[in-house]
Amino acid sequence: MTVIGKSVTRLEDRALLTGTGRFAGDQNFEGQLYMRVVRSTVAHGCIVSIDTRAAAEMPGVFAVWTCADVADVPAINLRPGSALQDLERCRQPILAQGVVRYVGEPVAVVFADDPYRAEDAAELVWAEIEDLPPVVGLMDTPGEFSPGVSTEPSVFETGYGDVDAAFASAAHIIECELTVGRHTGVPLETRGALSIWNEAKGQLEFHAAAKVPHNNRIALATLLGLELDQLHLFEGHVGGGFGVRGEIYPDEVLVNLAALRFRRPVKWIEDRMEHLISANHSREQTHRIRAATDADGLILAIDDEFWFNQGAYARTHGATVPSVTAAMLPGPYKLPAYRSTGHIRLTNVTPAGTYRGPGRYETTFVREMLIERIAAELGLDPLEVRRTNLIAADEMPYDRPFSVGGSPIQYDSGDYPGALASALDQFGYDALQAEMAARRAAGELAGVGLICFVERGGDGPFDDVRVEMAADGSVEVVTGVASVGQGAETVVAQVCAETLGIDYSGIVVTHGQTDRIARGQGARASRVTVMTGNATHMAASGVRTILLETAAGLLQSPAETLDIVDGVIGLAGSPGDGPSLTVAEAAAEAICARGGTHLAVEETFEIDRATYSFGVHLAAVSVDPMTAGVTVERYAIAYDIGRAVNPMLVEGQLVGGAVQGIGGALLEEFLYDEAGQPLSVTFADYLMPTAAEVPDIECLVLEGDRSTTNPLGLKSGGDAGVTGAGAAIAAAIGAAIGKPETVTRLPVSPRRLRDILKAKS
Amino acid sequence: MTRITLNVNGTDHAVEVEPRHSLVDALREQCGQTGSHIGCEHGVCGACTILVDDEPVRGCLMFAVQADGKKIRTIEGLAENGAFNALQQAFHEHHALQCGFCTPGMLMLATWIVERGAPVSDDELRDIMASNLCRCTGYRNILRAVRAVLDGTITRGAGA
Repeated sequence: MTVIGKSVTRLEDRALLTGTGRFAGDQNFEGQLYMRVVRSTVAHGCIVSIDTRAAAEMPGVFAVWTCADVADVPAINLRPGSALQDLERCRQPILAQGVVRYVGEPVAVVFADDPYRAEDAAELVWAEIEDLPPVVGLMDTPGEFSPGVSTEPSVFETGYGDVDAAFASAAHIIECELTVGRHTGVPLETRGALSIWNEAKGQLEFHAAAKVPHNNRIALATLLGLELDQLHLFEGHVGGGFGVRGEIYPDEVLVNLAALRFRRPVKWIEDRMEHLISANHSREQTHRIRAATDADGLILAIDDEFWFNQGAYARTHGATVPSVTAAMLPGPYKLPAYRSTGHIRLTNVTPAGTYRGPGRYETTFVREMLIERIAAELGLDPLEVRRTNLIAADEMPYDRPFSVGGSPIQYDSGDYPGALASALDQFGYDALQAEMAARRAAGELAGVGLICFVERGGDGPFDDVRVEMAADGSVEVVTGVASVGQGAETVVAQVCAETLGIDYSGIVVTHGQTDRIARGQGARASRVTVMTGNATHMAASGVRTILLETAAGLLQSPAETLDIVDGVIGLAGSPGDGPSLTVAEAAAEAICARGGTHLAVEETFEIDRATYSFGVHLAAVSVDPMTAGVTVERYAIAYDIGRAVNPMLVEGQLVGGAVQGIGGALLEEFLYDEAGQPLSVTFADYLMPTAAEVPDIECLVLEGDRSTTNPLGLKSGGDAGVTGAGAAIAAAIGAAIGKPETVTRLPVSPRRLRDILKAKS
Repeated sequence: MTRITLNVNGTDHAVEVEPRHSLVDALREQCGQTGSHIGCEHGVCGACTILVDDEPVRGCLMFAVQADGKKIRTIEGLAENGAFNALQQAFHEHHALQCGFCTPGMLMLATWIVERGAPVSDDELRDIMASNLCRCTGYRNILRAVRAVLDGTITRGAGA
């Protein structure tokens, strides 16, 4: 029975293809109230007064809260384990307490019996706010952000080796400043929540939970003053996550607080404008980076200083993004000495958190454009500079002598130069470069960018899985993982089916229900297949052992001589021959002998480090010199995932991620004016790629060396599509216009590119 | 409040709406048909795309009262006797959905393309499907799925 490695279709699809999904907005409870948040319209100001009288008198309005009504609820905590970096004092209250710090910050909240009425009433809440000067520039000289808090609450330094000595002896020193714009995940489903007090059970039930239900249960219980057993979270369908959806925001706390206080169900669905100004932003950082190289382009040291725009508050992720930024910058290259100095900056814009590929998308752009610059200044082919610096296969496992968040950085396996060679071959790189050179010679602006990166995923600390088999042989896998659309159910079912020798399609995978399993880590940081997959394998192996031992008695053959094939237990190696019994028969027998209603085995997979994998992105673009528009003519990804549980789903992650990354490279950006007013508040000004802006993404899924961090040998795949996209597009544009050093900022919007082209001519 | 009748997938729903209620809100809240999703409420994302008298419409940009008496088709009406129709089957086989939130709009837009019966070039198909946003799939597999149905490679779905 081999279902691991097969591109089987998804278990998730049926409900989603027939319109019977249960997304946040699809769920309702009798007698529910609808919540509408009143948000600040100024970036920084003192709240003089908030007049709620007109709103409260509207028909259907049940209650209106301002900060005084929720003063007993603490600010939202940073998640334990997130790199904290002294950000505790920058936490966000659930309603602004005296001062507003970004446009979109919740200042009041209205509850009514109808969503239209709630919105009408919210428009009548009048907050008088006295403007204060906003901080909008990431690179401004540090000053006071709020009483006793600097606009630069944290600066941290990390690295290894003797950077200064390397620079002192370098043949070349190359330096540049590179900036990534402010983007975020923007799932197609906006945020939503539905909470109900269950009187019979004496517990609050939060429906439409996402991403990290178990962690959020602990966080919410603390904020609401509940015992843990008084709160349960239930995940329904989730319309995209990308790191943004499913964190604890003020809105989710308010919904739960209201349901708790009113003893009535409360529902909240935000609109798209609210989403774009209040869900976590991400990415925005500026790097001033220097490389010391020898005469052949071998990098001896990198000294990187960067500034990260956290926005107005620290959110649940704490300093995760800048911390991962420092960890991921070295990428797939040797780099004997490295120093990273990170500045976390507060400004009066929407707060930031993680977005798919956090710290990877940004640093891959910065590092790979640095390499383009090194190649240009030394007169070398950028591909040769990459080859010169790539970690060799015989250097694996490769230790980086520093850590991220206490977790050691060890690249566990892989043949990076070999994978690069496969990619060049598969993509017809030489021919493509020749074609582009000919087009440039004929006067066109066309070029190829090829970049390398390392992906990190499958980190711990643990995942629990319980596999339950009923007397009819049916199987349920219960896990604390979450599904955000990536196919988690299918992959977990495949691993379980492979281990038990049964069909994957009948396996039920239950996730995101805190009343079904005590702990869980959710869906974050490309961890699900690695962590939950291995835990599933362990628990299913336990059930398998029971089945084989039971069958051994009945078949009068030692358990180690038996195997399960297609749900039938018989002698290993000779399916169909000799005595046999079905899995269901063995399960019934075992349950009868052991008591209870199920065979249930729960296991924990623990790990203290992540797995690392290698990939290549290639972009071929042309630039219209009149409009400065960029056409992405080809886009290809090679990614060595070690072992693919479901290659079709891996490709799905790569293709989808790449298009998100192309969005950030060419289109997407949250812009603000000098007063801190957001200029990207609808889908007409926050532009995401449509089918017309992207080519068919080509994929080469490689299964080279398996991971050594986990028994199944799995590596992560969720972020590998997005990670290289900014770098590949930027490098391709640089090649197209013949000036890689002029492409210093993402997104490369037509306006910016027009300025570059003007300056060039 | 205004009394109207919405014919949804062949069934009449007599409902009371305010003139300002959008059609997709009425479908979801009054008719209990939550398959059509709301992604932006300003006509850009297309998650709420439905067919009104067999033409694709943004359910968030049409008022419910404007659809009084009209024939409305949504994702809930696609399956045939509990089995996927060809487009549903093609989306399933080609992994043309991940989170599934944009899927209802994509399927209804694709239904319109397929039912037109006219030849569709790849460029034209891409151009039409670019009406709707997807944040998960990168579009490649959606285009492949629709193409498979247009080419007759996939003609009907598996049983329920």
